[in-house]
Amino acid sequence: MLIPLLAQAADTPTLDGSVNIAINIGFGIIATVMIFAAFSVVTTKNVVHAALYLVLVLAGVAAQYILAGAEFVAVSQVMVYIGAIMVLFLFGIMLTRAQIGAEDGLNNNGWQFGIPVAVVLMGLLGYAIVDTFEDDVIGERAPFPTVGLSDQYLDEYLVPFLAVSFVLLAAAIGSIVLARKD
Amino acid sequence: MENAWLIALIPAIGFALIISFGKKMPFKGAEVGLASMAASLVVATGAGIQWIQRTDSASSHGGEEAVGGLFTGVRGALRAAEGAEAAPYIEPVVTQWVWWQNSGLEFGLGSHIDGLSVLLLWLVAFISLLVQIFSLDYVRGDRRYTHFFAALTLFSSGMLVMVMSSNMVQLILGWEIMGLCSFMLIGHWWEDAYNSHSALKAFFTVRVGDVGLLIGTAILYFGANDFAVNTLDSNGFDIRAIGAWALSGEGSSWTLLMASICLFIACIGKSGQFPLHTWLPDAMAGPTPVSSLLHSSTMVVAGVFLVARIYPVFWEGFNIANGGLSFIAVIGGITIVIAAVLAFVQDDIKKVLAYSTVSQLGYMMLGLGTGAWLPAVFHVFTHAFFKCCLFLCAGSISHSGSHHSFDMKKDMGGLRKKMPITFYAWCASTLALTGVIPFAGFWSKDEIIDNVGANGYSVLFWVGLGGAALTAMYMTRATYLTFFGEPRGAAAGIHHDDGGHDEYAIDFREEIVHAEDIDRELVMAGPAPQSLGAAAHVPGDTLEHDAEGDPAHGGHDGHGDGHDDHGDHGPHESGKLITIPIVILAFLALTAGFANPTPLAGDSLGANLGEGVELIKTYVEPRYEPVKIDQAAGHAGESVQLIESGTLLAAEDSSDEPGDSKAKCGRGTPEPGTVCYFPNVKHAVPELGKILLSLAVVAIGYMLAIGFCLSYYGKKNPKLVGLTERSKIARGGYLFLKNKYYLDILYQRVFVFFVSRPLAKATYWFNQNVIDGAVDGVGASGKATGNWIYKYIDQGLVDGAVNASGKAASETGHGLQPVQSGKVNQYGALLFGAATVGAIVLVILNVS
Amino acid sequence: MLAVNFLLLAAVLFCIGVFGVIARRNAVLVLMSIELILAAVNLNFVAFAMMNENIDGLVFALFVMAIAAAEVGVGLAMVLMIYRNRKSIALDELSEMKG
Repeated sequence: MLIPLLAQAADTPTLDGSVNIAINIGFGIIATVMIFAAFSVVTTKNVVHAALYLVLVLAGVAAQYILAGAEFVAVSQVMVYIGAIMVLFLFGIMLTRAQIGAEDGLNNNGWQFGIPVAVVLMGLLGYAIVDTFEDDVIGERAPFPTVGLSDQYLDEYLVPFLAVSFVLLAAAIGSIVLARKD
Repeated sequence: MENAWLIALIPAIGFALIISFGKKMPFKGAEVGLASMAASLVVATGAGIQWIQRTDSASSHGGEEAVGGLFTGVRGALRAAEGAEAAPYIEPVVTQWVWWQNSGLEFGLGSHIDGLSVLLLWLVAFISLLVQIFSLDYVRGDRRYTHFFAALTLFSSGMLVMVMSSNMVQLILGWEIMGLCSFMLIGHWWEDAYNSHSALKAFFTVRVGDVGLLIGTAILYFGANDFAVNTLDSNGFDIRAIGAWALSGEGSSWTLLMASICLFIACIGKSGQFPLHTWLPDAMAGPTPVSSLLHSSTMVVAGVFLVARIYPVFWEGFNIANGGLSFIAVIGGITIVIAAVLAFVQDDIKKVLAYSTVSQLGYMMLGLGTGAWLPAVFHVFTHAFFKCCLFLCAGSISHSGSHHSFDMKKDMGGLRKKMPITFYAWCASTLALTGVIPFAGFWSKDEIIDNVGANGYSVLFWVGLGGAALTAMYMTRATYLTFFGEPRGAAAGIHHDDGGHDEYAIDFREEIVHAEDIDRELVMAGPAPQSLGAAAHVPGDTLEHDAEGDPAHGGHDGHGDGHDDHGDHGPHESGKLITIPIVILAFLALTAGFANPTPLAGDSLGANLGEGVELIKTYVEPRYEPVKIDQAAGHAGESVQLIESGTLLAAEDSSDEPGDSKAKCGRGTPEPGTVCYFPNVKHAVPELGKILLSLAVVAIGYMLAIGFCLSYYGKKNPKLVGLTERSKIARGGYLFLKNKYYLDILYQRVFVFFVSRPLAKATYWFNQNVIDGAVDGVGASGKATGNWIYKYIDQGLVDGAVNASGKAASETGHGLQPVQSGKVNQYGALLFGAATVGAIVLVILNVS
Repeated sequence: MLAVNFLLLAAVLFCIGVFGVIARRNAVLVLMSIELILAAVNLNFVAFAMMNENIDGLVFALFVMAIAAAEVGVGLAMVLMIYRNRKSIALDELSEMKG
């Protein structure tokens, strides 16, 4: 039963009318995993598991990037997010003596309120997106060149680039200042 | 005559001098008083002589000539009378200064000299002078000697002002001055409650009448003013103008009637007519000179003078011309009888004389009320002499005979041998009073009675005769008790215990005489009700006492040894200063009647001397002829031309009887262009029969009285003595008389009490409850409103609003507080929730 | 493929992240949820870049990544400090508000 569904999903047409099945299937699988993992992040009772599920989500995001043709961003994602940020998270978890294993009480008192908010937001966003981008087809194309990226960074978006470097500097110094023991 | 105002001014100056300097003078002011009265008398006499000359010249000339030259008086009048021509109207001499002006109305002060004023001016000056001479000895040593003379002088001045006044305002001025002096003099020894009460009683009773005077003056003013301004160039207060207006027929009879009644009410008060006579007997609490001057000869005559002066008003108002029964006559008649009856039961000699005065005033009013103007005025003249003489005799008796007591029953008796001069003077005056020929009273009183009868009032005629009989009777009783019989009490030389002086300082209320008190009085001995005389006790000797400042009780200290003038401690004749005025007056009582002996003028007594002997009639009675207006608009100070009205009228109605033109004044409307000043009063021709009748009545009275006195007081006839004990009727009658017909009780207990108690209480209640209640109510309601406003509006509404707003703010804050919980999750929830909501709104907006 | 795929996916991730922010008590987990949100946003950028053939989307995605890194660093530093001071990083216990 799933096969026909998948087949149908895979039958989304391209710009020139041909159907690229593989991308669609690939996208579908990765999306499913991502959603499941994200869901687990916010519902699991184990803090470490939540971190690991987050890793999964971020990996899936990276995979989607590649499907979208943004290779550099995908690699950066893997390196920065998963490599640094998630490590940072794990350090944070350890340093804050999170309980190893399942623990109760990870949800606060009013967590029920989040459900309607999220659902409504989802509905809203979904409606907006579908309404706007209905049947817009993204054509096959080549991945974005990294050169082009650097061109943009160092030409047009130079100032933001340097600003970001300052931000990172400030963040680094700030973290050190904040977290040091004295 | 133009300067007649001096007559009143001199005593006024004398009064001022006495008050200012009297105490320092050698005679303590008495000399100033005597001098001023003497000067006044001289000027009055001069004015009198001038008036007589004026009248004579007018009568004899009978033409349009200015008055001038000297004429012999009597002959000139005789000639005029024989001529049987109309006697022209003699214009009075008017001198006037403007005293006060107000919107065209001028009040003047001045003199108005005509026959009536001249007569009374001279009379008042003369009597005042005699009384002042008498007082030199009588009040010697009194504690307020100077003030006494001052008040006497002021009184004379006041009466003279009134008599010579030309307008009603001045008349009222003089009237009130007299009332004031009366008050001062009656209450001369005011330390005794009885005396001050009597003074107040006199003043207030006369005041009640004075309301009528003011109202009457106002009525006359408003009635006469138009007529006076238009035709006579004067104002509604001018007496001559009022008279002319009354006789002109322009006044409505209702106005005249009202004015007459009001003015007569004033006379009732002042002249002691029924029912306001009650003050006169109590006025005897004053010293005897006061009684003799004010309350017998002069002040009480003021009422009679008022009626005589404004006679046209009464003539028209009460319609005397047509012989109707007038109010004046009725009151006069009643007064004659009740006063005479009351005089029978008095023990105090002065009270007998007081009631006698009231009765004689009744005669005068009776005369005026029935149209007998001339006899009434003549009776004023003669009555002054003999009544004043009687009072001065009473004073002499008390001064030297009964040791300052006036009680006939207690302290007098058998004095005729001890005080002969006083006795003969008294007898002469009594005979004059009762109307025995040839004494003065016969000529005047019997003329009144005669005219009353002749004018058609038969009942009043018999009342007058009855009054004459009663007069004889009570005077006989008084004479007997005083001068005959055995001496009693002080007359016998027995001094009364002076401790009795304290009895008189009582709370004066009208004491009802009760039956048990009568029995003791009827026989001579025994404690009698308080005698007025002892209350008038005067410290005896100037050598031993300081005349001023001695309290009444202290004056008794020198009693036992201070009476050096009582040589032998018994009754004796008084000194010269007292007896000489008495003798003069007694002489005048004998002879004054011959000033107007009407019966002698005609045929009745066979004398037939002609009308010339009627001096008073000739010179005093105003003529009743109409006067042309342009002549009548008198100019102050000038002598006015006299007209011969006979020629004026004879030309117009020649067909009428010659007597008709004379009848115009008072009996019809005067011709246009003329005014009348005096009505045509009738004069009765005396007949021998009437004369004999009146003499017989008097004789009967005398005989009855002498018989009664001899048997009752002398022999003490057992049938008569104790009659009131045995007979209830007699007792009741005696009680009724003793209590003065309960009139005093009525006035005091009913009228005064009603005003002072229930009325005052009601007014007080009204004041406290209604007026104060209203004020309190306003205050309380204001307070309650304030409270309510405070409680509900200020506290409730305003503060409530303020509190509510504060509470609203705080509750809002409290309500919103959970938003700031500090929980990050919540903040995030809010953030995303709000964003969601915002997004929904946007989507909806953009989609629709 | 359809453009909506990417966008929808991003939306789903976003909503899950929102839910996580609201529901989670542990501060670190909240930060993780924020990372989810940021990742969703990144995915959106890239999708748009793909749809519009414009490389600027990728540029911005990289910016987002850099900022996210900075933010996580500072955030975790703060969490560490809070843990040191309060001995707990349960967000509802950290509130000192009285009401």
